[in-house]
Amino acid sequence: MKSLRAWLNRFTGLFSNQRREQEFAAELEGNLQLHIDENIRSGMAPAAARRDAILKLGGLEPTRQAYRERGTLPFLETILHDLRFALRQLVKYPGFTLTAILMLTLGIGASVAIFAFVDAALLKPLPYPNPSTLVDVNESVPLFPRSNLSYPDYLDWKRLNQSFSSFDAYTGNGYLLNSPSGIEPVAGMRVTDGFFHTLGVAPLIGRDFYTGEDLLSAPRTLILSYATWQKRFAGRKEVVGQTVSLSGIPYTIIGVMPDTFEFAPRNNAEFWTTMHAAGSCDLRRSCHGLYGVARLKDGVSIQAALANMSAIAQQLERQYPNDNRGQGAMVQPLAKYIVGDVRPILLTLLGGAGLLLLIACVNVASLLLVRSESRKREIAVRGALGAGPARLARQFITEGVALVSIGTALGLLVAYGTMRILLSLISKDVMIHMPYLRGLGLNLHVLGFAAVIALFAATIFSLTPILRLSFAEMREGLTEGSRGSAGVLWRRIGANLVVLELAIAVVLLVGAGLLGKSFYHLLRVDLAFQPDHLATLEADLPETVYPKDAQMAAVRKQLLDRIAALPGVGSAGMSTDLPVSGNGDTDWIRFVGRDYNGKHNEVNERDISPGYFTTLKTKLIRGRFFTAEDDATKPLVVIINQALAKLYFPNEDPIGKRIGDTTLSPKSIKQIVGIVDDLREASLDGQIWPAVYYPIDQDTGISGFNIVVRTTQAEQNMLPTLVATIHQVDPGIGTTGEATMVQHINDSPTAYIHRTAAWLVGGFAVLALLLGTIGLYGVIAYSVSQRTREIGVRMALGAQRASVYQLILKEGARLAVWGIAAGIACSLATTLLLRSILFGVQSWDIATLATVAIVLAAAALLASYIPAHRAASINPVEALRAE
Amino acid sequence: MNDKADVWQGTLALMVLKTIESLGPLHGYGIARRIEQTSGDVLTLNYGTLYPALLKLEQEGYLASEWGVSDNNRKAKFYKLTRTGRRQLEKETRNWEQTTAILARFLAASEEPL
Repeated sequence: MKSLRAWLNRFTGLFSNQRREQEFAAELEGNLQLHIDENIRSGMAPAAARRDAILKLGGLEPTRQAYRERGTLPFLETILHDLRFALRQLVKYPGFTLTAILMLTLGIGASVAIFAFVDAALLKPLPYPNPSTLVDVNESVPLFPRSNLSYPDYLDWKRLNQSFSSFDAYTGNGYLLNSPSGIEPVAGMRVTDGFFHTLGVAPLIGRDFYTGEDLLSAPRTLILSYATWQKRFAGRKEVVGQTVSLSGIPYTIIGVMPDTFEFAPRNNAEFWTTMHAAGSCDLRRSCHGLYGVARLKDGVSIQAALANMSAIAQQLERQYPNDNRGQGAMVQPLAKYIVGDVRPILLTLLGGAGLLLLIACVNVASLLLVRSESRKREIAVRGALGAGPARLARQFITEGVALVSIGTALGLLVAYGTMRILLSLISKDVMIHMPYLRGLGLNLHVLGFAAVIALFAATIFSLTPILRLSFAEMREGLTEGSRGSAGVLWRRIGANLVVLELAIAVVLLVGAGLLGKSFYHLLRVDLAFQPDHLATLEADLPETVYPKDAQMAAVRKQLLDRIAALPGVGSAGMSTDLPVSGNGDTDWIRFVGRDYNGKHNEVNERDISPGYFTTLKTKLIRGRFFTAEDDATKPLVVIINQALAKLYFPNEDPIGKRIGDTTLSPKSIKQIVGIVDDLREASLDGQIWPAVYYPIDQDTGISGFNIVVRTTQAEQNMLPTLVATIHQVDPGIGTTGEATMVQHINDSPTAYIHRTAAWLVGGFAVLALLLGTIGLYGVIAYSVSQRTREIGVRMALGAQRASVYQLILKEGARLAVWGIAAGIACSLATTLLLRSILFGVQSWDIATLATVAIVLAAAALLASYIPAHRAASINPVEALRAE
Repeated sequence: MNDKADVWQGTLALMVLKTIESLGPLHGYGIARRIEQTSGDVLTLNYGTLYPALLKLEQEGYLASEWGVSDNNRKAKFYKLTRTGRRQLEKETRNWEQTTAILARFLAASEEPL
């Protein structure tokens, strides 16, 4: 305690050095005078009195020295001294200092910002206790490695498994809610009773679902999300126990989840209700609409759980061959499922940022080398005056640390700014599925990462000049105009560093080129429809108002007629899924008159209105489109896409053929009346699957659908009119997701991820190119400055300017060629890691590699031309006289 | 000179504290003189070593100092005990007495035949 206090006093003593010393001088003088006075009184002569007093004191200077050392921390004081000297050095060479700090700031800022994202997304993606034991459990079929569970399968899996301490199922569901602004479609989730228990999160107020509350016999209850509680219920505690009506059915509110609760797969859910399995889908084993989440028992591995579930799936397959044929199981960490999409992108970006940081460090290190060259004399003088190697090394370390500290502080600022900017660039829709980014910030992990980088950089920058100035050379440094092997040595190290830099720049440029090209391909992928001038929105019919299919058909027709009649509208259509939304919503089909082996022929299924394809401008290949005649009273018909025709009717005409469900039940038999072009239902980088299109009026229970409107004016401006028109028909119809088709495509996760990756890696690559070019310029310029005399001699002996140019450019070209060659070799290896996020381009794309090589060669030429020009402009007379 | 004892490491602080306790606020020279006198001029003290010791005691919070004027009108820095200083003095005195008592018993015992 007291020693801590003394340390603190000594530490603050560092900063009041001068005042304390003055005070001590006064104290000492006063006390000495007292002593002298007394000596004189006892009869000494004044001079003798003073001598005696000083003798008794033990000398003035030793006393001052002892006092000073007690007053501060001598070790720290030297460091402060070194630091002051280092800062003076930095200020004295502002060009060097600014360049070095700028590079460090960029490198550290970029890598810290990206690391913060990696930290938020990959290191702690799940806001639940013991996240490593949470698993995503689902069925698996060849087309969908992760496909939905059916409710009966879920019940069997839950009953039979030995791997999970708890196992629950969930699914998203839309509801119509009476709100002050009218009927509003809101997203919710249906979950089994133990859902929150499995995740390990308890409600903030109220209670969790009790066991058995998800059964049909239990009263209907719901738990609110915190945001909804605040937004719709003003955060009143009394809401617990109150009743709300969802799509006309009353539910009792039993609790509110805490603000921190997130469930990324369905994060737009405003509330959770219980499963209450009922109806044709829930109770049918072949209707797959649920996802599973489970908590592993202690000591059970993912592999063991997967083996367990696969065995159960096989058992069910034998038991229910009709429904469960080919239905396997998959178990993966929940975290992997949640951040699976962004993982490769983030790792790519982190790699890019890391390379950028490396270039920045290499550049600063080579700047330091150049500077240590010019400080050779200073070091030699200091050494000659008695500074030992350790003392000199400490000076370099202090300088390195000072540089890195400034760079890190600024880098953290840049990182913070970059993080804010990147976050604001993420659209709300995307953000909702990345709730883990809420934890983004300069937290301890990130600061620790910055500290590690700083330590690494400081080590490099301290070691570089220390190693460079092998102290044996010191004497040599003192001799005037010495021209030892040092210059040559530096040129070799510096040159190798530049080759490294250029190689890294090539790798980044190739990466950026490939990602950019992928994105370009992605946006030009064949859609088989015209995405411009299309306005879209989603409509939900209240099922309590329109319980019958005929009523729904009538209001759908009314909606389409009203919209089509609007000025500025060409035509309008409906579909249960918008194009470019991703494969899914599938049906199993079987062909009438063919052998059937029980295999599931899985195809995309869409219910569409007659005008849908003409509105999208999707080409009819054969047969006909649907007409208003194809309603519930007529025989069932179907349009297939080309992919289906090619796969299942390779050598025959599909028109007129009939398909049905897996049992060919009479009410499922439909006749093929048309073949359309392969409309892109899949995501931009997804595969085209076989698809069937059914007339929306011939299907049952279609209360939610998308409306697509072809406009003759700017489609964005039509959106409010469309909503108003729908509400004129019935204010009770819910509308959401108003957007243009182009927005829908550009904001799709695929486009989003590719665009982000391309832009960010592109940004890194441009910076890398810039830093690499500056590095090359530095090396060549330094070489020219060292060879001024040699060039002067050459010119005096008759060398032409052209040959001087050649001399210098050759040096630059040699480095550039090495750098480019090494870079291309490295990028062939590293871009293999990019394969998973490349689209429509190979990782060894020749055009990209060639372009990068040319760009870099041009940059290298420019970087060497400037010093070459300077060399060629040397006046030989002055060059020779200079030394 | 050789028959005079040097000040033992660690005992100087105790002497300083005790001196100030018995004489009240005092300047460095006065403390040095007093220690010499009390020891009956057996101890030799380099006055210079006193100042870092005073600074250390001040840093540890046992002493406080302020400028004042000496009896013969010289400006001087006066040191006085703080409350923690007084406690520390009591503690160190007890420790010292214990040590000397043990040592005395030890020396007395070893004089007797085993």
